[in-house]
Amino acid sequence: MSVLPATTVLLATTRVDAFVFAISAILVLGGAIGVVVARNPVHAALMLVTTLLGVAVLFVEQDANFLAAVQVIVYAGAIVVLFLFVIMFLGVDREENVAQEPLPAQRPLAVALVAMGLAGVLLLGAAAHWSVGPHAVVGGARGQPGGDVAALGRAVFTTYLFPFEATAALLVIAVVGAVVLARRPPRQVREEMRGEPQSGPEPGGGEPETIADPMVALAEAVARAVAVGLVPNGHDGAGVPLEEEPVGEGARQ
Amino acid sequence: MSLSGNWYLALSAVLFAIGALGLLVRRNVLVMFMCVELMLNAANLSLVTFSRMLNDIGGQALVFFVLVVAAAEVVVGLGIIVAIFRRREGESTTVDDLHVMKG
Repeated sequence: MSVLPATTVLLATTRVDAFVFAISAILVLGGAIGVVVARNPVHAALMLVTTLLGVAVLFVEQDANFLAAVQVIVYAGAIVVLFLFVIMFLGVDREENVAQEPLPAQRPLAVALVAMGLAGVLLLGAAAHWSVGPHAVVGGARGQPGGDVAALGRAVFTTYLFPFEATAALLVIAVVGAVVLARRPPRQVREEMRGEPQSGPEPGGGEPETIADPMVALAEAVARAVAVGLVPNGHDGAGVPLEEEPVGEGARQ
Repeated sequence: MSLSGNWYLALSAVLFAIGALGLLVRRNVLVMFMCVELMLNAANLSLVTFSRMLNDIGGQALVFFVLVVAAAEVVVGLGIIVAIFRRREGESTTVDDLHVMKG
């Protein structure tokens, strides 16, 4: 008598779970396919948000509440915004021609490779009963006091304390790397890279020009002096480094 | 008890395959980066599923670390992309244009 309601409840629960799983799977796969086929990078980023939210729902479904929250905050909140920022910053948010493919064999080859890999993984998983191994080595995930947040905290701050500290180092290194990469190179290096030689007028030939426009000549001289002071190895050929300044000063009168 | 973990693992395998396919097929460096994120998410999903199936919190801790590494990777990777395209003005974000090691 009491078995029947229990079974009904179990069935109903499974049905709800299956429904939630189906909806999230559609979101995840639809978003992923959207990322791959979208012609506009902005659309790809928005499709990525769909996938990330679907994965967050699947995390909640599997009692990983903390990770679901972190997934939404870190991935959908920070990483995708960073992607969109870079897309807008570089101004590459225009459609690209996806149909054009320089290597004709690449697409079929890629599809074949990925299909083979996927089939191999799925077959191996089915043959190996998906997940086998000892249970609850680090600590149980279900029925812990404090829920999954407390259990995760205990694992991170006891068993995985050293990797956690290494994570801090990794974040510091990433910040330093981002700052180094985002710095503009010094003026001289920049102009060198752009390929135009630094157009310093020669002491003799530049004279009429500086007299023609004294303020521009003064500004040029000051800028050159600053550049030489910053980069002391004297990049320019002949007599630019220090004798140039009196010429600019003289042009002011 | 919720749905059997096999479904989740199969879904994560398919998600990883889609991400790998996009990485191989697409030429836009930003979209390729997003495909890497897809693959990382597939790995995260499978780790959480293993954590549930084996009743072990270690899988979730690993996902935590993967999230941190993914965030650091995105910061540095997008910094590299911005640095490249600041030095080579007027180019598209197609990886075929990036065929020299010189800056």
